[in-house]
Amino acid sequence: MFKITIDNILIEVEEGTTILQAARMIGGKVVPPAMCYYTGLKGSGGKCRSCLVKVAKGSAKDPRPMPKLVASCSTPVQDGMVVENTTSAEVQEARKGVVEFLLINHPLDCPVCDQAGECDLQDLSYGFGMEETNTREPRREYPVVDIGPLIKLHMNRCIHCYRCVLAAEQLTKKRAHGMLYRGDTMEISTFIQTAIDNDFSGNMIDVCPVGALTDKTFRFKSRVWFLNPMNAHRECSKCSGKVTAWMFGNEIYRITGRKDQFGEVEEFICNECRFEKKDINDWVIDGPRKIKRQSVISSNHYEELKKGSIIHPIEGTTEPQE
Amino acid sequence: MGRAILLDKVNIPGIRAFEVYRAHGGYKPVDKGLREMTAAQVQQEVIKSGLRGRGGAGFPTGLKWSFLDRKSDKPRYLVCNADESEPGTFKDRYLMEKLPHLLIEGLILSSYALGVKTCYIYIRGEFKYLVGILETAIREAKKNNYLGERILGTDFSLEIYVHPGAGAYICGEETALLESLEGKRGNPRIKPPFPAYKGVYDCPTVVNNVETLATVAPIISMGGETYAGIGTGKSTGTKLISACGNINKPGVYEIEMGLPTEDFIYSEEYCGGMKNDRMLKAVIPGGSSVPILPADLILNTAKGQPRLITYESLSEGEFESGSMLGSGGFIVFDEDACIVRNTWNLTRFYRHESCGQCSPCREGTGWMEKILYRIEHGQGRMSDIDLLVRIAKNIEGNTICPLGDAAAWPVASAIRHFRGEFEAHINVPCTMYNGQMKEERAL
Repeated sequence: MFKITIDNILIEVEEGTTILQAARMIGGKVVPPAMCYYTGLKGSGGKCRSCLVKVAKGSAKDPRPMPKLVASCSTPVQDGMVVENTTSAEVQEARKGVVEFLLINHPLDCPVCDQAGECDLQDLSYGFGMEETNTREPRREYPVVDIGPLIKLHMNRCIHCYRCVLAAEQLTKKRAHGMLYRGDTMEISTFIQTAIDNDFSGNMIDVCPVGALTDKTFRFKSRVWFLNPMNAHRECSKCSGKVTAWMFGNEIYRITGRKDQFGEVEEFICNECRFEKKDINDWVIDGPRKIKRQSVISSNHYEELKKGSIIHPIEGTTEPQE
Repeated sequence: MGRAILLDKVNIPGIRAFEVYRAHGGYKPVDKGLREMTAAQVQQEVIKSGLRGRGGAGFPTGLKWSFLDRKSDKPRYLVCNADESEPGTFKDRYLMEKLPHLLIEGLILSSYALGVKTCYIYIRGEFKYLVGILETAIREAKKNNYLGERILGTDFSLEIYVHPGAGAYICGEETALLESLEGKRGNPRIKPPFPAYKGVYDCPTVVNNVETLATVAPIISMGGETYAGIGTGKSTGTKLISACGNINKPGVYEIEMGLPTEDFIYSEEYCGGMKNDRMLKAVIPGGSSVPILPADLILNTAKGQPRLITYESLSEGEFESGSMLGSGGFIVFDEDACIVRNTWNLTRFYRHESCGQCSPCREGTGWMEKILYRIEHGQGRMSDIDLLVRIAKNIEGNTICPLGDAAAWPVASAIRHFRGEFEAHINVPCTMYNGQMKEERAL
């Protein structure tokens, strides 16, 4: 077991844990935001640079600080390591810069984006971004590419996190899409326009941190904060069948995986559950799903309303709301 | 002329052929190393020589070799980084073109020291004509039992393969190079693990520059201590400098470390002074990635000492008043050169070559390029200059690989030393800009 200090909080973790995982064990404000890292996907992380932290002391053996800020999602802890996240002005400044970089080419079309309300980039920019933009360059635009009947690709919104590429590589039998070109013209596309057609391809929607990959069967049906997330399950031969059903009255608007407080799904689900079973009789509804994330979808905690408590106003967005 | 260690045989006619090279004392270091010395002794000589990586970072070679994971039961690899794509640097091309056998010698000795049985030369895709030259040299060496099974009757066997890249600057970064060598997209890996533990095919790997590996042969022939006697301080031996720009004699020169930059630019032996007797304006001393220095700071340090071509002297004053030796691409500008246009040109290069993996580099290089394009074409704002400085600061140090730093330093240093020129460009288009835009672009 390694002892590690993050923002003056001491925690004991197992060898091989990354700084980000250790911070998540503490929880609360010390958790760095992660846009590209996804626990369930091997090889993810290190790309978006929004989880940068300062290592003020490398380890008990070698107390020198690391010369540069490190990506907490891909740096393993050392015994006696001292990490600064919220306590370091340098980290806050760098993170502000990363948010700015992610936003200069993002279309900011949240009013018409299906992801609005459950978007990691929205949370990130509310939490760490600047109030105004400094860019007056034209934003990057991509030609529209159709990647199949179930998933809608909005390349303009993409932040190039690679999560969907890894999800397709690790969950499906054959990856049919990837990164093309390089630099700021890089884009996600299917290889020679072949449609993505696989039993688990829908998980790409769940792992996408922004609105670049959205559900075509749910497109423009409703805003997510009008829907009630309910835990539901069914017998499924392909996956666990444990999902979140997003309901309005007795109607199921969409099905997603069950996401935890860091926006990561607990179990990946199959396309049959996701896209085809939209009837309430297909599912056994277990009850309301508690969402601990900070965005507006938390406002549908009618379970708490029943108890007579009030809905907390959303403030201090880095604080997880119970 | 200074002492030539690497390029001493370069003017002999037909030196590319094995027989001619052998007749002029070639492959003697290999005979000495393999027959008379153990692998540990060869490595010890390299450590003693104080040789530092010639690819840009200047990391001590002997130390790098000592990091190699020797406990692992996996095969070990040596990769020669011949993906020389830095604007302004063309020393490795010259070395491989003129003296391919010198590189092979260095590879044999380094592989022997590291216990490597397979060695790759990852060569830049645009150097296609060099692939044939190197493969001919490898074939000749093999015919004469310097490569292949049981070299010179010893237990040591080695195969060398030449692998051409596909034209990406980023593949010169060691982990991107390894990805590319494995046949994947050339994206730099996230470190740790370092290549010394998990390199090509997840096996322990050493990646070294062409010039570094070639230098191993003369080090073995003259002895590490003798080599360390050349040069000054921690910068030992000789260095190939590829000089270009507004000088009378551009080309590749071998200099002893410690030569004053003033001598290098103005002496007849090297660059031969400025072309048409113009004034020296600025120099990029180590390839396009290092900070630019104005004339007074390249000739003398901020403390008034003469600036020498060594790792230490060129970086004296850090980024305030210094630069770096880098890969030795010495780019000279005269008084007519436009720094803004040059900076825009370099940034355009980095924008094109960014792999696009991490956000600061992907978005930042493109953003800087767009702003510099506007300034160059008379559409800038005064606030753009400070914005550029801030973008460069946000990129620097926050990326996966050093390409982000390499893109940020030229911009930051150009503004630091030539701010007045940037300010003059605001509202007034560059005098080098003829009023017509070459490419249709929205400003």
